[in-house]
Amino acid sequence: MISANLSAIFYLVSGVLFILALRGLSSPETSRQGNLFGILGMIIAITVTFLSIGNFSTGFIFVLLFILLGGSIGAFIAYRIPMTAMPELVAGFHSLVGLAAVFVAISAFLNPEAFNLGTKGNIKLGSLIEMSIGAAVGAITFSGSIIAFLKLQGIMSGSPIVFKGQHPLNAIILISIVVLIYLLCASQSSNLFWILLAVSFLIGFLLIIPIGGADMPVVISMLNSYSGWAAAGIGFTLENTALIITGALVGSSGAILSYIMCKGMNRSFFNVILGGFGATDSSTSSSNKEQRPVKSGNADDAAFLMKNASSVIIVPGYGMAVAQAQHALREMVDTLKKNDIKVSYAIHPVAGRMPGHMNVLLAEANVPYDEVFELEEINNDFANADVAFVIGANDVTNPVAKTDPQSPIYGMPVLDVEKCKSVLFVKRSLSPGYAGIDNDLFYKENTLMLFADAKK
Amino acid sequence: MEIDPLIFRLSIFILSIFVGYYVVWSVTPSLHTPLMSVTNAISSVIIVGAIIAGLSGNSNSIFNSSSIFGFLAIALAAINIFGGFLVTQRMLAMYKKKKKDK
Repeated sequence: MISANLSAIFYLVSGVLFILALRGLSSPETSRQGNLFGILGMIIAITVTFLSIGNFSTGFIFVLLFILLGGSIGAFIAYRIPMTAMPELVAGFHSLVGLAAVFVAISAFLNPEAFNLGTKGNIKLGSLIEMSIGAAVGAITFSGSIIAFLKLQGIMSGSPIVFKGQHPLNAIILISIVVLIYLLCASQSSNLFWILLAVSFLIGFLLIIPIGGADMPVVISMLNSYSGWAAAGIGFTLENTALIITGALVGSSGAILSYIMCKGMNRSFFNVILGGFGATDSSTSSSNKEQRPVKSGNADDAAFLMKNASSVIIVPGYGMAVAQAQHALREMVDTLKKNDIKVSYAIHPVAGRMPGHMNVLLAEANVPYDEVFELEEINNDFANADVAFVIGANDVTNPVAKTDPQSPIYGMPVLDVEKCKSVLFVKRSLSPGYAGIDNDLFYKENTLMLFADAKK
Repeated sequence: MEIDPLIFRLSIFILSIFVGYYVVWSVTPSLHTPLMSVTNAISSVIIVGAIIAGLSGNSNSIFNSSSIFGFLAIALAAINIFGGFLVTQRMLAMYKKKKKDK
């Protein structure tokens, strides 16, 4: 048994270690050390909790048992998951954080004495507010992440689900959550607590269904942020600094990532969250689509073009992840390098289904990270490159974003692949990207299309 | 007049948001996926609340309605902690620099 002050200091230490864990990610060299800081912080927090309760009865054995059970499931998943499935994994993990927050809140509501929050039916007002906010946000995180997971996994269609009166309905539910929290604090009624949870689960579900599959980078980042706020809410209830610090860190991290993703698409956060993007546009653009000539080639043509080039820029997109083509791509690049061709990679902020998705896939295929560049770093180099090799990407290269103010993606920062001497597109079909916009690049003189399943 | 401890916690919270803001902006974009998985792992520090909940029963009844939710939360958070840190480790191990000889 250690004193409350001492354990508070240890919680502070573990909070600081978590900050260092994120700080480490500023460069790949320091990142591994950062991860170790994070693990250390977690060990300290858990150990201190045991010591401060000082109850080493049979219950303690069960706690260890459940940690072991969850831990082995987690470790199993972590080693087996393919890198292409990272977005699904992260969405799944978010749902668990959300649900854990809900369970802790339920437990505290049912047995407030154990947490020093007063007695049942007479919980301290401040704690009750914090607890219900934590529980509501946790529940939204849970059901929202489940929908995101199902959409990413392809179990549920990635296309937005919209119906009439959707936004007013969501607004009413959100207001009712605030009202419920107020009533709950006034009456301490456990029925209201359960209704609050049910309504929060429902709104999490309703908020995510209208958002299309390709907007998932924003959704995942946003849910990341929510899971942090839920943890912070519970942290206030438990008067635990480690939880408050971590919740704030994770909350702001997710918020920044959503901002970066929105900026990458030149759309406001609300535009994405209100959803329905792509559902209306695709119908109009497909109706007035005329047949235009396309130059298509086979693998030999592509090989010829690239052999005669002196520098090649590769632009990967979600299609590469779907086809798991990163290793094949890397083999191709090895051949190019043997012929003294300079190869670099250009990554658009919203390529893939989550922030940094493409970078991880390339890293998995042993591509050194100093050959991989972000949009701003490399965009001027396209004019000097001989070949742009676009693999499974579309909208992020569409010059329409710069030329046509009518286009829904107008103003979105794009990679200037059209400035290259020639452009190679590896794609499954001519179909437009998720935004439902034809890519003019396909029809340009210097573009060669390769219709294949990205892998060749 | 004494200051409510809640104000201190609120101060910690607000300052941590600012710390998070600056730290996360300095994260290199190529490590955004590991950033998400590691934030996932650390937000599971909620396990400390779960442990308190799990140990809230007395020796006669280890499992009561409150502690069962605690135990479930422990298992969920543990999946996240182990899964999150290990998958981050696995990803970070793949980020390599260009070999010198090439």
